[in-house]
Amino acid sequence: MFLQQLINGLTIGSIYALVTIGFSMVWSILQLANFAHGSFYMLGPYLSLTAILLLGDSPAVFICVVLAVAVLTACLGAGMDRVFLRPIREKKVSTISTILCTIGVQTVINNGIIAIYGSQSRAFPDPFRLQSIHIGNAVVSWMQIIIFTLAVILMLILSKIVYGTKLGMAMRAVSQNGRAASLMGINVNQVIMLTFFLGTLVAAIAGCMVGLYYQVIDTTMATVTSSKSMAAAILGGIGMLPGAVVGGLIIGVLETLVAAYISSGYRDAIAFAVLIVVLVVRPTGIMGKKSINKV
Amino acid sequence: MVTKFFHLIAKHQLLAQATILLCAIVFPLAVSQSSYVMNIAVMALTYAILTLSLNLVTGFLGTTNLGQAAFFGVGAYTAAILATKLDVPFLLTLPLAAIVAGLVGMLLGFITLRVSGRYLSIVTLGFCEIARLVELNWYALTRGPLGIMNIPAPKVFGFAFETLTGKYYIVLILTVLVTVAVIRMIHSRTGRAISAIKSDQLAADVMGINVKRTKILVFVVASGIAGLAGGFYAHYISFIDPTSFNYNKSIQIMSMAILGGMGSIPGSIIGAVILTVLPELLRDFVLLRQVIYGVVIIVMVLFRPAGLLGGVNFKHILQRLSFRERTAAEGVGNE
Repeated sequence: MFLQQLINGLTIGSIYALVTIGFSMVWSILQLANFAHGSFYMLGPYLSLTAILLLGDSPAVFICVVLAVAVLTACLGAGMDRVFLRPIREKKVSTISTILCTIGVQTVINNGIIAIYGSQSRAFPDPFRLQSIHIGNAVVSWMQIIIFTLAVILMLILSKIVYGTKLGMAMRAVSQNGRAASLMGINVNQVIMLTFFLGTLVAAIAGCMVGLYYQVIDTTMATVTSSKSMAAAILGGIGMLPGAVVGGLIIGVLETLVAAYISSGYRDAIAFAVLIVVLVVRPTGIMGKKSINKV
Repeated sequence: MVTKFFHLIAKHQLLAQATILLCAIVFPLAVSQSSYVMNIAVMALTYAILTLSLNLVTGFLGTTNLGQAAFFGVGAYTAAILATKLDVPFLLTLPLAAIVAGLVGMLLGFITLRVSGRYLSIVTLGFCEIARLVELNWYALTRGPLGIMNIPAPKVFGFAFETLTGKYYIVLILTVLVTVAVIRMIHSRTGRAISAIKSDQLAADVMGINVKRTKILVFVVASGIAGLAGGFYAHYISFIDPTSFNYNKSIQIMSMAILGGMGSIPGSIIGAVILTVLPELLRDFVLLRQVIYGVVIIVMVLFRPAGLLGGVNFKHILQRLSFRERTAAEGVGNE
């Protein structure tokens, strides 16, 4: 039983980790809590659903659709930065304006999806129809294995980008000190847009993975997962990738265990309870570094 | 042209306030036939109270609070449970709703002290969700998703306010009381402390302001006011369930505060009224209601972050006008 829940927890945790990475990247570069991140995570599967209903659900079509929709959603995410957030940055108004703007985008996207698709949950196609295998007492479906593997691959790719390329170095530079980075010749605005692009791309793919896993998508996905990824980001600690992954996995496992052993009604509250405890007890998170508060 | 309008109001502030109050009082006599309009009016005033409470915490103190709907809910559920399970009369459920909500607000206030800036928005969001989930899952207390029904109409000293007009006057009295209370709070030493904390918390602390005490006080008062609105709402609508007190509701209140102007008391009321009436005018697009709130937030933040009346201080406008007139008169006299 425990092994089963652990496997389930790791699967969903790896998906949370993917979403959290995007959120964490924007958080560390812009010091901004991107409330719209969860909305793009939800937009991915919904747009994919429409496309698949139009184009048929063979595995090849499915994969192409998911990739295309992910790129489209990523463009929208980067577009949000270009059109809405950059003007606010340039006006140098208080930071609450930027957060409010992302909240506005989140509200528009979430409720736009409700308006267009209705608030009932929708069945998500599963063109793969995979079986399960048995490991000890636990039943592991191939879907879980594929999702976890795919998530790990994506995380490795992102790691390579952030820690092994010039773009990644630019991103890390901007997260340390934006002004110094621009003095070094980095096009900060472009780096920020690319960060949004990457994070949203991965989030949209994660959304489709969730749809595939549960075979159902609903309109509460955005807010629920958004909150969890925020909690995971803070739990894991600020810094772009390792903390996000650790946080996501922990939240996934914790939530599954609590739902199995204590009560499933409070499942979504676990992330928040963890969040509040972390912020009160160890604000820098598990893997974060203490930052000096300069006056 | 807008500035001329503001000048006019600045010179006759008392008259403007009296006119608005008078209109609000006689309003039902004109439209009481239409229960639809009266309902909108009652909701507008309820939201005005909520927006004022949010403005205290976010506009005046400067802490982003995305969970104000939680206190609205706590107040509503307190009043509902007391009224339906223990037959507590309206005159008691209302203050008790405010007190319980205030206590919960104190809890959030303490959490706020430890957490800053961008973390705060996430924590308040979490707070709102936890409150909603407790309301949803604590079946024994709140009947969970079934909600609480048959909450009695407000009864004051045996006189029942069953009619819509009666409920309107109750909420109008509450709105006036809350507005006066907020004005008194802002124009006191505490109000100046709040403003100082918003500008620069560390400097305020160094200047001897008890930041902890002030922040907790603001949270308690703001959530108490929201709880008050919740208590009234429970008796007004006679049925409540957790879906009315979620993050969406917090966003709705936030959009009203942003539209009217953060840190502006008349702005809060105007923002609430506009954003209650406007979606009704666009009733054909009822599905887009929440989308409208989001669009309002985006547009306001991009083009006029201060809000309609944000940064408009009629006292200052009056001072500047009288100074200009006085120097103009003296100038003429000297020549």
